[in-house]
Amino acid sequence: MSETVSADTRPNALSAWPDKKGRFGDYGGRFVAETLMPNILELEAAYEAAKKDPDFKAQMDLFLKDYVGKPSPIYFAERLTEEFGGAQVWFKRDELNHTGSHKINNCLGQVLLAKRMGKTRIIAETGAGQHGVATATVAARFGIPCTVFMGATDVERQAPNVFRMKLLGAEVVPVTSGTGTLKDAMNEALRDWVTNVKDTFYVIGTVAGPHPYPAMVRDFQSIIGREARAQMKERLGRLPDACVACIGGGSNAMGLFHPFIEDEEVRLIGVEAAGHGIETGEHAASLKGGKPGILHGNKTYLLQDDDGQIIDAHSISAGLDYPGIGPEHAFLHDAKRAEYVSATDDEAMEMFQLCTKLEGIIPALEPSHALARVRDLAKELGKDGIILMNMCGRGDKDVPQVARMLGVEL
Amino acid sequence: MTNRLTTRFAELSAYNRAGFVAYMMAGDGDSQALLNALPAAGADVIELGMPFTDPMADGAAIQASALRALDAGMTLKKTLDQAATFRKTDKSTPIVLMGYANPIHHMGWDKFAKAAGKAGVDGLICVDVPPEEDEDLRTALDKHGIALIRLATPTTDDKRLATVVANTAGFVYYVSTTGVTGAGTGAVTEVSEAVARVQKASGLPVAVGFGVREPEQASAIAKHADAVVVGSAIVDAMHEGGVTGATDLVKRLSSAVHTARR
Repeated sequence: MSETVSADTRPNALSAWPDKKGRFGDYGGRFVAETLMPNILELEAAYEAAKKDPDFKAQMDLFLKDYVGKPSPIYFAERLTEEFGGAQVWFKRDELNHTGSHKINNCLGQVLLAKRMGKTRIIAETGAGQHGVATATVAARFGIPCTVFMGATDVERQAPNVFRMKLLGAEVVPVTSGTGTLKDAMNEALRDWVTNVKDTFYVIGTVAGPHPYPAMVRDFQSIIGREARAQMKERLGRLPDACVACIGGGSNAMGLFHPFIEDEEVRLIGVEAAGHGIETGEHAASLKGGKPGILHGNKTYLLQDDDGQIIDAHSISAGLDYPGIGPEHAFLHDAKRAEYVSATDDEAMEMFQLCTKLEGIIPALEPSHALARVRDLAKELGKDGIILMNMCGRGDKDVPQVARMLGVEL
Repeated sequence: MTNRLTTRFAELSAYNRAGFVAYMMAGDGDSQALLNALPAAGADVIELGMPFTDPMADGAAIQASALRALDAGMTLKKTLDQAATFRKTDKSTPIVLMGYANPIHHMGWDKFAKAAGKAGVDGLICVDVPPEEDEDLRTALDKHGIALIRLATPTTDDKRLATVVANTAGFVYYVSTTGVTGAGTGAVTEVSEAVARVQKASGLPVAVGFGVREPEQASAIAKHADAVVVGSAIVDAMHEGGVTGATDLVKRLSSAVHTARR
């Protein structure tokens, strides 16, 4: 599969990637402008040192517990289980984290690392605004100035989160270039970083970007899977038959999947956003509808045309509206360790309402996509089956948008 | 590797003259006409931009230019066609393609290198492929005599510089400031020190760019560097004044560069 990874550096286990070059098989790497290379290398060294430092871990653990509210519970979604008529549906409740999504697990790690490295300014990109809010939150807590780049389209459709970030003291920069969505926000954040390399730390929100970001973000998010794995064993005495999560860049899915990779009996299922349907071309399903390419620092599957130009993604969910996917997902896809499916805008809207009505949990539109495939899987696995889905974010931020789509004026 | 780049820099050196490198975007306006007109306007080397949807290292001018070119139907293949058309009548002016990895990767490193070689291309600057990632691309380019030109920046320390200049050819592009294209240059004294450092480490000519807009700036840098690159200003001039506007600017800039050491 790989032309660049030599045999002696190939990790043995699927869970042991990346290699020293930051490659997951043929994916990943460090495709950045030379100006950023010294920074990327500095970050890699600082992260490796922090990982080995018991003080760093102790500080992380303390803030995860007292500030984020870890561990988040697992929850038996009994009424959805009845409704779907098959396997038991369990949620990992990462929407109960402080700030309302899994994003803070990673922001906490990166901001603590930035502090350790003596960086005095934080930048971040955001799509739905969850990562922006989480970054602004942690930056506020540690008193570090924070600038968040957000596509102008997203600024409009995620107004509550924009206001939250501003309240938290962050500067929100609307990005109008391109289609004004997540990829353009990432371009703009990279431009800022190239300009302010010395003092600035770029907190990337997903398992993408140049090495070490995909591995580092995964490590910080793996708390989702580690907790859930232990909780399932304790509550049910066994592992789930399948772990299911939605995928934009893929950070919540990677965080859930990674601790289960070596559990061969556990199916890992990622749900991409099919937008109006993959056949329409208006979607955000990079694995189902894209090809390997190079963007934003890594080699991975991308939505692109015959000339290698990036095609704009489409999804009802700003958090999934990205034309790429984390390189480790590309690797697990090709290795056939994880399965990747998709759900449309309409399916997500239906699940958003269903979950709210039956469970009293308003899910974000992102995990609503995952729930659509949980419905099929529950039937497929039958009554003896157990499904664990990551409820990665709560839907308060989506209420105005959903109201608009349902024709309700607030 | 001996190609048009080596020959051109040897000529410049023999006359004790700095070179002028003109950047233009393929497909933005009548780019074939501009390309053909650049040598007569004083360009010693031409950087031909390959448009890309997501040019992360470029500023607003070049990004807008790339999007105009793509909207007008430009592709990588058509960019190579423009180079080939140019090469039919100009056998000596080096062409360096500048752009991003994805369109090249999509075509295939080998297929691209072969097509570029056939089109009479002399060098490639691939902004988002650092030395750590360029082995496959470099191997492909080597086969077809195309120089892989690297960028050194103010963040490149001596240790890093050794990595940057290893396996490079043609010239080294010194990015005079941290930032995107068109962002403005660093202080001339800093640039002059950096140029000397890169020349020593690489044994290659050093071209300085990113943010040079005015003849006075170009002239000041030309006293120290082997060549001066101007991009965003030419792209803007082309957009506002067409081929005449762009070549008028190139004439003024190249004249300032060529006479800087007198």
